[in-house]
Amino acid sequence: MTQTDMTMTNQSNGQSNGNVGSEAVIVAKDVEKWYDNGFNVLKGVSLDVYKGEVVVVMGPSGSGKSTFIRTFNALEPYQKGKITIDGIEISHDLKNIEEVRREVGMVFQQFNLFPHLTVLQNVTLAPIWVRKQKKREAEEIAMQLLERVGILAQANKFPGQMSGGQQQRVAIARSLAMQPKIMLFDEPTSALDPEMVREVLDVMRGLADSGMTMVCVTHEVGFAREVADRVVLMDEGLLVEENTPDEFFNNPQEDRSKKFLSQIL
Amino acid sequence: MTTTSPNTPLVVESSPPPIAQSGPVAWLRKHLFNTWYNTLLTVILAVVMLLAVWGIFNWAFRLAEWAVVPNNLALFMSGLYPAAQRSRIWAMLGVNVAMAGVTWGLLARNQAQLFGRSILIGVGILCAGLIIFPLTRPSAVALIGMVVLTLACAWGGKALGQRKLNLTQFLSAAWFLVYSISLLILAGGDIRNSLLFLVATIVLSIWLASIVFNVLTKFSVVDAISGNTVGIWAMRVLWFGGSLALFLPVYGFLNVPLPLKIVTMVTYIAFVSLLVPILADRRTLTTFVVAASMFGLGCFLITVVADLIGGTLGLQAIGTNNWGGLTLTLFLAITGIALCFPIGVLMALGRRSNLPIIKGLSIAYIELIRGVPLISILFMGQVMIPLFLPEGVRPDNIVRAIVGLTLFSSAYLAENVRAGLQAIPRGQSEAAASLGLNNPLTLSLIVLPQALKTAIPAIVGQFISLFQDTTLLGIVGLVELLGISNSILANPKYLGDYSEAYLFIAMLYWFFCYAMSLGSRRIELALNTER
Repeated sequence: MTQTDMTMTNQSNGQSNGNVGSEAVIVAKDVEKWYDNGFNVLKGVSLDVYKGEVVVVMGPSGSGKSTFIRTFNALEPYQKGKITIDGIEISHDLKNIEEVRREVGMVFQQFNLFPHLTVLQNVTLAPIWVRKQKKREAEEIAMQLLERVGILAQANKFPGQMSGGQQQRVAIARSLAMQPKIMLFDEPTSALDPEMVREVLDVMRGLADSGMTMVCVTHEVGFAREVADRVVLMDEGLLVEENTPDEFFNNPQEDRSKKFLSQIL
Repeated sequence: MTTTSPNTPLVVESSPPPIAQSGPVAWLRKHLFNTWYNTLLTVILAVVMLLAVWGIFNWAFRLAEWAVVPNNLALFMSGLYPAAQRSRIWAMLGVNVAMAGVTWGLLARNQAQLFGRSILIGVGILCAGLIIFPLTRPSAVALIGMVVLTLACAWGGKALGQRKLNLTQFLSAAWFLVYSISLLILAGGDIRNSLLFLVATIVLSIWLASIVFNVLTKFSVVDAISGNTVGIWAMRVLWFGGSLALFLPVYGFLNVPLPLKIVTMVTYIAFVSLLVPILADRRTLTTFVVAASMFGLGCFLITVVADLIGGTLGLQAIGTNNWGGLTLTLFLAITGIALCFPIGVLMALGRRSNLPIIKGLSIAYIELIRGVPLISILFMGQVMIPLFLPEGVRPDNIVRAIVGLTLFSSAYLAENVRAGLQAIPRGQSEAAASLGLNNPLTLSLIVLPQALKTAIPAIVGQFISLFQDTTLLGIVGLVELLGISNSILANPKYLGDYSEAYLFIAMLYWFFCYAMSLGSRRIELALNTER
């Protein structure tokens, strides 16, 4: 299957879903990255993500999937290739990086909430300092978001006083407060106790239904089957397979995919 | 009873903890007499302790000649400060104590009860001690007055804080003002010139700052530059450091000639007028402008009124060679602490910088200073600082001492702060970056507050050791608390009263160090967000 074929199938798949537009908001082309010690972690990865699309990135650990999505908001610099986010090409210019980061929200495996601030302050910090919103206005929006993720009652608690699942939902609300066009999820449920995974996935599902463009690195097969418009498998710094969830899980094209699925299913 | 059905899990009632054997006898048996050898140890140690306590009491109440303390109390407290002017020391103490009370009241404005039982008991013990304790008896009434003043101001501060909630943000500025007023009272001199000079500088700099700000806004440069906001922290460091740099020479505290004063003023104006609009957001700038203008206006009015009345404004000038005792110790310690903190933080940040020159300079500074004993830095300060200054400019002895203390402590403080910075996980700055916060904002809003919180015990430890290091200044000719004690003991009348005098100043040192340590624990408790 060639690249163009794949893109076309995706597009048609997306359109049938209803949410996915025809406008690519993330265009990554032949992205290559080396670590300082010379390790070639990304060996030329290309991926287009369309507006409103939910892409799930899977792969064994060390395959470069986290590194890849972290290049989308310039948390990881890359040496070769080209990434364009909503028409802005990522460069080394600080101003440009800040512009990109304002459009892209990110949720981390370890939540990374700010422990010295209350939940409400966590959510309002960036809107006040980066978007220059008025404090009261930012708090109103934050309260709506906290209600959406079901944390309203804990708005004045500190992160250290909450469970992992609650913290991760606050982290999602914190990212949404910046009104990003794209949300990146870097293994959002991997650090959670099993009984808390669902509350986070439910929030993510709701977000997908609302039409948010999402790129998720996750091992949650159920989530990928149900919510994803497209599943991508990465291994050893290369993109192995790109497919619809149905096809990917029931009828994988590549041998590597079959092997991976046999290990996780 | 719990209902058991197949669907509802059995409710397990939690049982109360086993009843511990309590009462003093049980405690004694468990901790002191549980085995035969522990019983033996307890008995031996009890005898040793009784003997020691008996010895101390015997010495303190029968042999010791305490007269050296009450007879020289004024010397211990203020050194060779002219006796006729000692009321100024009291005035200074009163201003500081009142401000401390107001601060306490403002910070405790949300507490149901300002004077809880433990505080009342503490105050009671303090007052009773001041009456009973013979050593401080000459000033007991005035000292009790100070305690009452503190309580009154705390009450007032609480009432004020409940009415106007945003007063706490002006606390640091208010303390700075109190510091300046204290210095003014202590040093004296006709303050009209200083005040006019000060007003001119502040008004000019703010005027320029607002012009620059407006120009930048008009050409929308501010939006471009405000990406580099260092925020509140930079403002505090800037405001404090810059103002202090200005205030010291203005009070005639440095023996600087007019040209150097003008240079200082121009530097300050340039500093404020260029940096403030770049660094500050509009809100901070407004606060800054309003506060400084009010202060400037106040100074100006005082001066004008004094001129109209025709009197000379100001107190008799008292040179720094007449400062001494506890007053000097506290002045040196407070100034040193206030100056070394921002420098230490900047050095710690510099050491972690990606810019090779800044990083190299910071490392060189820290390692050089840490490799040299404080006493040799103090001696170098006496000899070398004049070499860097123009001919004929000899900074005051006290200024040189403060410079030495500050340089020394800030190097150690930098390492303490760096340890705190090291403890913050990388995920914190990544999360901040992913939210669109730039590096300075991430540093000032996310990383520094957490790092400083982690480093509080180490930082306060450094402050305490700075406070104790002031005793070394006796060697370079300052009569601080230890120095004045040595002078008193040189008086033939008190020959041999070493233990009494040294024990007394040891108690004073302990009091202030313990207060700092207590304060730091309170701050840590207040900042704990895990519970």
